[in-house]
Order: sequence, then C-alpha cells, then structure tokens
Amino acid sequence: MKMRGAKAILESLKREKVEVMFGIPGGAVIPLYDELYGSDIRTILMRHEQAAAHAADGYARASGEVGVCVATSGPGATNLVTGIASAYLDSSPVVAFTGQVPRPMIGKDAFQETDPVGITMPVTKHNFQFYSVEEIPYIIKKAFKIARTGRPGPVLIDVPKDVQEKEGVMKFPKDVDIIGYNPTVKGHPKQIKKAVELLLKAERPIALVGGGVIISGASKELLELVELMQLPVVTSLMGKGAFPEDHPLALGMIGMHGRKAGNFAISDADVILAVGCRFSDRTTGNVNCFAPEAKVIHIDIEPAEIGKNVPVEVPVVGDARQVLKEMLALARTKVKKHPAWLEKIKRYKKEFQPKMDYDDVPLMPQRVIKEIMEVLKEEDIVVTEVGQCQMWAAHFLSRTRSRTFISSGGLGTMGFGFPASIGAKMARPDRNVIDIAGDGSFMMNCQELATTVVEDIPVVVGVMNNHYLGMVRQWQELFFDRRYSGVYLGEVPDYLKLAEAFGAEGIRVEKPGEIKDAVKEAFSCGKPTVIDFVVKPESNIFPMVPPGGCLKDIIEG
Amino acid sequence: MEREHVLVALVEDEPGVMQRISGMFTRRHFNIDTISVGHTEKEGISRMTITFWGDDKKAEQIIKQLNRIIEVIKVMKMDRDSIQRELALIKLNTSDAAVRREIIEYTNIFRAKIVDVGKDSMIVEVTGDPDKVDAFVKLVTPFGIKELAVAGMTAMNRGSKPQGNGK
Repeated sequence: MKMRGAKAILESLKREKVEVMFGIPGGAVIPLYDELYGSDIRTILMRHEQAAAHAADGYARASGEVGVCVATSGPGATNLVTGIASAYLDSSPVVAFTGQVPRPMIGKDAFQETDPVGITMPVTKHNFQFYSVEEIPYIIKKAFKIARTGRPGPVLIDVPKDVQEKEGVMKFPKDVDIIGYNPTVKGHPKQIKKAVELLLKAERPIALVGGGVIISGASKELLELVELMQLPVVTSLMGKGAFPEDHPLALGMIGMHGRKAGNFAISDADVILAVGCRFSDRTTGNVNCFAPEAKVIHIDIEPAEIGKNVPVEVPVVGDARQVLKEMLALARTKVKKHPAWLEKIKRYKKEFQPKMDYDDVPLMPQRVIKEIMEVLKEEDIVVTEVGQCQMWAAHFLSRTRSRTFISSGGLGTMGFGFPASIGAKMARPDRNVIDIAGDGSFMMNCQELATTVVEDIPVVVGVMNNHYLGMVRQWQELFFDRRYSGVYLGEVPDYLKLAEAFGAEGIRVEKPGEIKDAVKEAFSCGKPTVIDFVVKPESNIFPMVPPGGCLKDIIEG
Repeated sequence: MEREHVLVALVEDEPGVMQRISGMFTRRHFNIDTISVGHTEKEGISRMTITFWGDDKKAEQIIKQLNRIIEVIKVMKMDRDSIQRELALIKLNTSDAAVRREIIEYTNIFRAKIVDVGKDSMIVEVTGDPDKVDAFVKLVTPFGIKELAVAGMTAMNRGSKPQGNGK
C-alpha cells in the first residue's frame, strides 16, 4: 500500500486502537496534523506540552490502554520530558511522538532542532527515530508492544518532517519480534512453591501491594489469596486501590505518610509477600531498619527491581496475576492460621484510627477529604497533585478499586494532577473525576482550564488553598526552625475569577459541612469546575516519618 | 568483596546503543573501566566487553540493568579463567641502535610484533591478557614511549557449551 508517512503513522495508530491524542502542533508536525484533520482519532489541543504528556499518562492509568501525546520538535519535545519521566517512574504506558527537522537538516542545529532521543534515553523504556518511511509501521508496532507489555513504560518516537511527507510502500505487520525483549510472565514453579512454603511457616505474615498489581489486573487473585491465607494487606502509594481499603484485612498505605497501623504492622512482620512494588524510600523509610525481622518474598515482572533496595529471600520473576494464581492453587489445600497476629492487627487498626472530623474554620484538609469521600462513588476517579494535598488524599481517602486513584508517585511531579485528570476523564467519560490539588501544584498547569472548557471535558479541581508550598513549608517548620524560605505564594489568584476567566465554574468553600454540597454541585453541573477550599494555612500532614527515620518513628504533630 | 568483573553483552547494532549503555552506567553511578565493541558472527549483532570494579551485588544489579535495555540481547559473566585480551600499539623512541636491539629482543620474548619501523622510532603491537600488556609497557617505558594506545579488553569464556544468562 503506497501512502505518505503521516498517513502511515495514523494507520498504525488505528491498528493499535488509539482513539485520542493529546498534543500541540508546530512546524515539524504539520504534515501529521494535516492527516489528523477529519480523522477518527480525536486530537485534544492542550495548552502546554508537559500537560499533553501528563494527559496521555492519566489516560493510560485510568484505562490501562496506551496513552498517546504529540509535540513538535525543539521546545515542544523538551516540554514533554517531565511528563515522560513521570510516566517512566510509575511504569505507565505512553507513546510520545515528537516532530523533528527534515533528515537532511539533522545535526545542522536547524531551527527548533533538538535531540529528543538522546534527551529522553534515561526516562523512556525505549525510544526510536524514523530513518525511512517504510519502517514506520514496524517501529510503531514495536513501540506499542514495548510500552504496554512487561513492565509498562513510555516510548518516544522522533519523526523527521520529511518522513511524514514522503510516500512509501507500507506493510503493516500483525506482530513484531524484538530479539532482546521477552519479559518473563510465568513465574518459576520452584520459586512459587518456596514462596507458599515460606508464607505457610510464617507467624506474622503481611502482603505489601504495589502498582504492579493494578497494572497486571491481579486484584481478584490478590483478594482471594489474602483471604485464604489471612494476610493483612498494606500498599505503597502506587498500590492504592489495588486492594479494597474498607476490607477488614486492609491497613492502608505505608511509608513516610502512611497509616500508623500499616507502618507498625509491617515493622512487626516476619514474612512479607511483596507484589509488584519496588521498595521506594518513601515506602520503606530508612531501609536499614525496614521490617527488621522479615523475610521478603518479592514478585515482580522486572528482575532489576528484585534485590535492588532490600534483600530478598524468595525472588519470583513474573506477572503478578499469573504468579498469584499459581500460589493460590498451591496454598488452597494447606492453610495455616495465625490468630494472635490477626488480633494484634485488629488492635492496631482500632487504636490508630485516623482523625478526620475536624470542625475548624478555616477548613482542616482532613475534613475536606472526609466530605469528598462521602460524595465519591466507588468507580469515580481521584487524581492528585503532589505535596501535602497528595498525602492528605493518599492517607485519609479510602479507595476500593484499581485505577481509581492516580498520582505521580516516583517522580512526584507538581502540575501532574490536573492534566492527568483530563486524560482520565477522556478514558472514562462516564465517571466523575476530581483532582485533589494544592494551590502550588494547580498553578503549575492551570492553563489547561482552557483545554477543559474548549474541549468540553468536565473535570473537577479541588484546591486545598493554603497560600503556601505546603510540603516544603512543613519541612521548614519541623526541620528548619520555621524559616519559611521561598514558600509563601500569596493570596493570589482568586480562583473563582480564574475559573470565570477561562469559562469554567468556580465554587468557594470556607466552612465544614459545605464541602459535600460543593463537590456534588461540581460533579453534576457538567462543566469544568474549580473548588477553592480555604484551608488552614499552616495545616500539616501527619503522621509523618521524618526523612531517614524508621517506619515506627512517627511524628504525629 | 570488591573485584574486577568482566561482562560480555550481545547487542543489536543500532544507532545510539553505546549511548544507552554508557548512559545507564553514568546515571546509576557505576564506573566502567574499559569498554570495547566489535562485530560478531551474526550480522546486525555487536559484542561488547565491559569491565568494572565492584562487589557481586553491584555486578548483579549491572547485569539486570543492562538486560532492561531493549537492544541488549544477552549478558554473559566472564569466568575468572576466561580468555581476556587487550591490544596495545606502542610507538617507541629508537634513535640509539643498542636500544633498538633491546626492544627487538623484548618484542620476541613477549611474542609481540614490530609493525612499523622508522628512522628513529618503531611501533610495537602487543596483545595478551592485561597483565602481559602492562608488563611489556612497563618494561619499555625507560626507552621513551612517544605514543601509547591500548584498546579495551575483549573476552570469551572457555569451553564449547553455551554461556551466560540470557534474557
């Protein structure tokens, strides 16, 4: 089939079932946008390329499908980098296209020329540049395969302008072989057996659940296994939603701002069943005193994560769902109970209840989260920005389903939440989507209000407005003698006027009890809405494990 | 225990693959001592030999991180008794006839080769394991080395059975 390169790109994307692309055109991608004109693939015109990458990422995290973003060469490409890096750290499948100057001009420092392949090497799972027109279908096939299989991740494709314009004879492959790429999906039977045996011997076992469980769709298998073996469950930030947090065995998120019950329980454990998590420092606290008595079983599809941060007794390389299924089959016949341990867990849960019912004015963030939670349906999607707002949400808000809590965990990207919620809403238009934001984070990509209004994407932003870069301020308060250096944001902007200026709705909430109605109103009005929650300026997120501390060394404010 | 490790990686012969590998080493603070690349019996596949210092845990991490790179097909640990070779080209000052004779003698003893002779200089090519190359270089240093070029080590495990830990 003879066609232009740009057309071949779109044909390939259709074969990958791409329905929407987030991006901004520029000189080097005009031919591609020309093909998009009148195409079935919807293009969402963002207002900043960083937001385009976050939107593609949010789309991927809400749906499990590959999110796609586009930028032009040079500054367009460099603006994507933060979004790509965020997707990389959280193993999210994104394919990013960047325009490039025509091949004969590459290397001549042409106008808007840069090297996105070189720039993004450390933050992509892989990247490509088209050298010929004919290789387009093969490379796109490879890119999607790499992005969505194994441990997912972003893949960038750099597209020289003349390759978009030139005609070539195209063959569209059904599948491609990548000789150096063959993720291990099935766990080694011997290792699986060892894992089950170790769990059966355990006196104080616990499951630590990461984002890998969500990615592999292993929630059902996980639930069955932990109910069968009566394992208490804690999660990492990325694992939030993989296990219903209202379950009697659930202890919530652990880590720097984890639930006290969870932090205590994992510290007491003698065997940890870790599934699809990477023992990040924000989860383990000081790794030298992390779960000091525990032997670790680590299930992960990424061999490089096993043994990287903590010593592992039983490594199992494989897909979480597959491995858990096989563990279930083995464990079913010989379950051992550990009533004393479960009693202790129950006691921890009862003793360490997080307090949320504050009646203060200005609002306490915990109260805001509580009322938001009362409005949310199980399937609604919560996205967060980064900082205190993120940790208030992660700590206090319960989620019960996979892909209903979306947050930039690894890179911790302020400005992620709002554009990611645009992507999430595009993936799940039938669900309510709320971005739990701080004023600092929201300001980093608030220009996307224009996108939500023009493209009619009714997402809600709940701004915990404390006029500070709150997390840094909290650290300065606790560890730098209250020297608030460079963190005061001022009492600007007026978020109602900001929303109005963009044609969005704005609601201000100053009193407890009014939060719920505001959120309901925002969800039902069918328009993008900013809710300005006026919270106590110096409110903190507690409990907190100080940096370098052990999980039990909790500061409670 | 820290020691020298020798890894061989089979990689796809694609542009940028060297950058991917060296970039990974830099980013994770792994120091490369030597690295060499060349063709293999298969078209489109290159063979890299990488040497570095570290303990076994570090070596294991490096192997795993190398395997994450899509273009890396296979990573093999070289045994301590593997065949390890370096090549050095040494341009020596030979204006003195006696010195010239002595260098020729050493060259014979080391089974090295004289590959170029000029009026007052010659180039010696020496190949062998790193110790041998080092020893030769030390031996001729007093005569005056004008130029020295040592290529990174290349290595191969002994025996006929398939080697290493593939992906």
